[in-house]
Amino acid sequence: MAPELGFDLLLAIIGGAVRVGTPFLFVSLGECLTEKSGRINLGLEGVLVFSAMAGFGGAYLSGSAWLGVLLAGCSGAALALLHGLLCSLPRVSDIATGIALMLLGAGLAFYLGKPLIQPQAPQIPSLALGAWSSSPGVQSALAINALFPIGVALAGLLAWGLANTRWGLVVRMAGDSSDAARALGHSVNGVRIAATTAGGFIAGLGGASLSLYYPGSWNEGLSSGQGLIAVALVIFARWRPWRCLGAALLFGGAGAIGPALQSVGISGGYYLFNAVPYVLTLAILVATCSPQRQVKGAPMELGVSR
Amino acid sequence: MVARSWHGPAEALLLPLGALAAALLAFGLFVWFGGSSPVEAWTLLFRGAFGDAFGWQNTLQRAAPLMLTALAVALPARAGLTVIGGEGALVLGALGCAALPYALPGLAGTGGQGLVLAAGALLGAAWVALAGALRQWRGVNETISSLLLGYIAVALFKHVVEGPLRDPASLNKPSTRPLAESLRIGPISPDSLLGDVHWGLVIGLLLCLAAGLWLSFTASGFALRVVGGNARAARLVGLPSDRLVVLACALGGGCAGLAGAVEVAAVHTAANASLIAGLGYTGILVSFVARHDPWAIPPVALLFGGFAAAGSLLQRRLGLPDASVLVLQGFAFVFILAAEALRGRLFQLDMPTFIKPRLVAVAGRAV
Repeated sequence: MAPELGFDLLLAIIGGAVRVGTPFLFVSLGECLTEKSGRINLGLEGVLVFSAMAGFGGAYLSGSAWLGVLLAGCSGAALALLHGLLCSLPRVSDIATGIALMLLGAGLAFYLGKPLIQPQAPQIPSLALGAWSSSPGVQSALAINALFPIGVALAGLLAWGLANTRWGLVVRMAGDSSDAARALGHSVNGVRIAATTAGGFIAGLGGASLSLYYPGSWNEGLSSGQGLIAVALVIFARWRPWRCLGAALLFGGAGAIGPALQSVGISGGYYLFNAVPYVLTLAILVATCSPQRQVKGAPMELGVSR
Repeated sequence: MVARSWHGPAEALLLPLGALAAALLAFGLFVWFGGSSPVEAWTLLFRGAFGDAFGWQNTLQRAAPLMLTALAVALPARAGLTVIGGEGALVLGALGCAALPYALPGLAGTGGQGLVLAAGALLGAAWVALAGALRQWRGVNETISSLLLGYIAVALFKHVVEGPLRDPASLNKPSTRPLAESLRIGPISPDSLLGDVHWGLVIGLLLCLAAGLWLSFTASGFALRVVGGNARAARLVGLPSDRLVVLACALGGGCAGLAGAVEVAAVHTAANASLIAGLGYTGILVSFVARHDPWAIPPVALLFGGFAAAGSLLQRRLGLPDASVLVLQGFAFVFILAAEALRGRLFQLDMPTFIKPRLVAVAGRAV
């Protein structure tokens, strides 16, 4: 491989890491908050698809990308609220509810999104961080989704909030010992519903990033498992918001390999390269999980890590 | 109120029926908001599925793979695992079935049919067993791993179908070479009312029956249910939990793989992208509605196969998007889970009671 080809490839992957990783970041932050409260929401996959559709529809109808982003967050929150409420019923498993929401979210999104497949919607602006360079490759790699800095700030806010605020403590208590939370007079279900809903809002922003930035249109194949990968990422990130950021970038980079190779003219094995994130996720799960002990840092009430 | 002996069976029937009714109601509301008539939607849903011979044929054809993909969820579920990798096992099974004649070009006849179906079942079994093994020996959550494996399987499928095994004659829709005529599965009785309904339906029914018999009447089936009911107790009495769990996953995956193989051998004749139609995901719903009971799977599969068959009628007559069946399935799933909360309490609910007013005193004197 010629050196400049390698450089182009590297640039494309770095640029792609942010571009592809932004939805991962939001969904994993949302899932992190949900799981900290002691519930797992596999339905964020459905939330991602549904909010991508809602965000695209909102931007298309209102003409403002940011209104679309807000609508995406709210619709994600609504779907997650359903998850929270259902799981609060006795004998309803959160895993099964997550599967149901995956199907429902995709079904609703495909149904309501049918008229949205053709049109163009206003896009989220990109920040030209590469303006200092004269190389168009560098410029396009460093043109960053305006949602990305918001996600980074959100990661910081979550990390600080979970560690240092009263609300953060209550959420973590509901996730680590529901008995303690109950003894202090908090409604465990109430806390979990709130955390799940807030997590759904955050994940919805990731959906907006999919349909309003990259790939930047709405179609039925928009999300295929990104939401689920992000759920698995949280285990890899050991339930720490800052590490979610690193994990999201890593997986964004892995997901960018296929398109990056295609952009420099290598198209063989396109589907296989697109499957790299799934394989990587599985490999990381195999490496981090163990039947003998709980994953370090896992909320004690969580079923997924046991 | 006292619990009575008929309460259990009555609940087992009433809860899913109530949930399905609620789902249909919600679907009607949804359609109504979109400006279509809910009554018409309901009528079309049942007319398209069970209205005439053609509807029944379509329904039965769609129910056959659903029975098998539902078994892929139900068997591991009885061992305590929530495995949802049916879609991945199905596409790999289809691939195995279509790819075997490349390796063994001389295949023909009934033996050949058996071999291509077995190839599909084996690939599916290996794929889902992997999720079970990862869970037992590495502690990896089986729901997540099976779904990831499903995406990987679909990627492999597309790679192989559009790459190494692509039939040069398939121009705008990449496919493998079609199966030889003698390897295909034909209709049960083409001249009767059954029409195109193929032997896959019989395979599905027989396997559901066999799975139910195995779980209910054999020692290993019982052991599996013990593992699923209480893993600790199973370990304490010395049951080989790990092997049983992997076995259940392998059998389930084998069923889904067989579904894919049958779809190739009876419907599509070659492996192509039409196989990735969400049959694995609908199978999850069927299994949950049937409460993972193999004997309850065929009627439920028939119902959801029917809804899927009626989808095109909804599309044509009411102009609803093709995803309307997905919405109905999503509602059904949510309501089925919510109904689970009422189990054991349906007859204990505090219904508003109307007590006849009774005189307690007449003219100041107590009665």
